Amino acid sequence: MRKFVDLHLQPSFKELDQVKRMVSRSSELGYSLVGIPLPPNVTQDKVRQLQGICKEAGIDLATRLDLTSKTPRRLLHELRHFRRRFEVISVVCTSKAVARQAAKDRRVDLLSFPLTSSRRRFFDRAEAELASQALSSLEVDAALLLSLKGFPKIRLLSTLRKEVAIAKKFGVPVAISSGAANVHLMRGPYECAALASLFGTAVPFALGALSETPLAIVERNREKLSPDFVAPGIRLVRRKKDCRSA
Amino acid sequence: MSERVRRRYLALRVLSEEIVSREDVVDAVWNALLRLFGEYGASQASFTFIEYRSGESWGIIRCSHRALDMVRASVASVTEIKGKPVVIDVLGVSGTLKALRKRVLL
Repeated sequence: MRKFVDLHLQPSFKELDQVKRMVSRSSELGYSLVGIPLPPNVTQDKVRQLQGICKEAGIDLATRLDLTSKTPRRLLHELRHFRRRFEVISVVCTSKAVARQAAKDRRVDLLSFPLTSSRRRFFDRAEAELASQALSSLEVDAALLLSLKGFPKIRLLSTLRKEVAIAKKFGVPVAISSGAANVHLMRGPYECAALASLFGTAVPFALGALSETPLAIVERNREKLSPDFVAPGIRLVRRKKDCRSA
Repeated sequence: MSERVRRRYLALRVLSEEIVSREDVVDAVWNALLRLFGEYGASQASFTFIEYRSGESWGIIRCSHRALDMVRASVASVTEIKGKPVVIDVLGVSGTLKALRKRVLL
């Protein structure tokens, strides 16, 4: 059976009740893994508390950090600092320079373009070419499609249609997330896939963007963050003590 | 000879703080369908409301199997009814009413 993943659930971090409501709703909607953006200075206790909430709801948690660096230099600094502490790193691309740096950096998992103005969304052919050589995926939030109305929604759909077409052409993976900040903006995976068809994405492709693509990101990073990881394709099977007894 | 129309039945659950009437749900879904796909798209959907129980907040709609994703997207895009936040979940989809009722245990 397919495992669905919502890598961008945005509950208010301070309100645990809201976190509980959103996590249990995710579980009810059929997701088996959720990603919650955490503050960079989050404590291990808080992470364990969130993991407990998710475990209660029968769902897996991926820790996520959204970087909103203003300059490429700052982005590099933050990546060096935080990469090994979070399972998913997303870069909110607010300038072209940051977008280009994020696209070519293999430590970045998700490229996020939050602005609805098409002039300030930087996912073009050059960006896609850089992203295709690294490991980053294009992230699309479904919540924007629900909250916008009228002309801004038309403009967003048109921009997303172009961006997804470019991503497909250059082989950049696309990840669809809810981006929901409250329970009312959360939708099931099949509904999100149907919404994705509004910007020219076939439903099977959208279902892949809701399951295989985000799952691959989390699994890849969990392997890298594991203490047994040596290099891609090489991992520790036994330690010194275990080797003697074998 | 014209091709037999294949239909899909969708079981819906309306999540709202207040009880929502059948007319309001019908209007909201129709408006969403018209807003997203226009009159031409809506005409292809063969969309009909079969049943709605406002007390239990669930209902069944029918559409053409070709328009399933259109109807799903329209249902998902309903975010409010009369200014109140509302979510409409699709509980299940089936080719027959009998199978849908059996599967979703309505």
